[in-house]
Amino acid sequence: MDQLMADLKRQIIEALNLKHLKPEDIGDDQPLFVEGLGLDSIDALELIVLLQQQYNIKMANPQDGPQIFRSVKTIAEYIKTTQTA
Amino acid sequence: MNYIRRHCSIRNKVISSGGKIVYENPGSSLDEFMDLALTSLSISYPKFYKMDRLSKLGFLATEVLLKDLRLLDKYKAEKVAVVISNSNASLDTDLKYFESTKTIASPALFVYTLSNIVAGEICIRQGIKGENAFFVLPAFDPDRIFEYAEIVMASGKTDACIAGWVDVLGEQHDVFLYLLEKSNNGGLEHTAEQLQKLYHLNYGPVDGGS
Repeated sequence: MDQLMADLKRQIIEALNLKHLKPEDIGDDQPLFVEGLGLDSIDALELIVLLQQQYNIKMANPQDGPQIFRSVKTIAEYIKTTQTA
Repeated sequence: MNYIRRHCSIRNKVISSGGKIVYENPGSSLDEFMDLALTSLSISYPKFYKMDRLSKLGFLATEVLLKDLRLLDKYKAEKVAVVISNSNASLDTDLKYFESTKTIASPALFVYTLSNIVAGEICIRQGIKGENAFFVLPAFDPDRIFEYAEIVMASGKTDACIAGWVDVLGEQHDVFLYLLEKSNNGGLEHTAEQLQKLYHLNYGPVDGGS
């Protein structure tokens, strides 16, 4: 799980062009949107693309996005759950 | 009569303001140059890194053009216009987006596949809410730019206007922006001939550096 979260932080920075951040700047539980990292709706779409490209996961229900993309930890949990299902 | 208060340029990876170099890095790629210029100019704006090349160039030029000017202390946000033109529209990003569609299309690239987004990014950063216009022309055309900027200034809705040229395709880039005002604060008379002269000020031939 720790390795997955470390990979995700690196991939998020690259995919979303967050060049002002380093992986260690992103907390595992830190909110990614609004008051956290300040990501926006376009970033959310890029996160969906990231899941598809890096983990071969197609989100079955986009309405689950807000829960799944709440933090790096929730994304990692979603990946783990989906890959073992 | 309207007056050109300030002007700036970006060409051959050199940023100039009023003919004086404020940042240069000819040995870098265009992408490196723009990111390093942001740091060198001590500008903190994380969204910059998400922009396409056209928006980054327009953003940097406007930062230099308006540096320490506090434009919106003098003018209402609704009274400042942005009029930009170029010859490649958003083709630089269009090509990247097309490439991304071969796998999974990138939403972040898609939002920049409109050339006038650069004007929007400038307005968001500077707090400008006046008229926006973007023209795609065969080449830098001082007569067209002069004429439209004059129309905007004569409309009664605009007191100041950021106008000029922001163009990019691959490593090739060419930016010339100026600030137009009604009052003569030591500015130059706004004429097509003056624009032609300023556009070529300190400019060598356009070189992509690639």
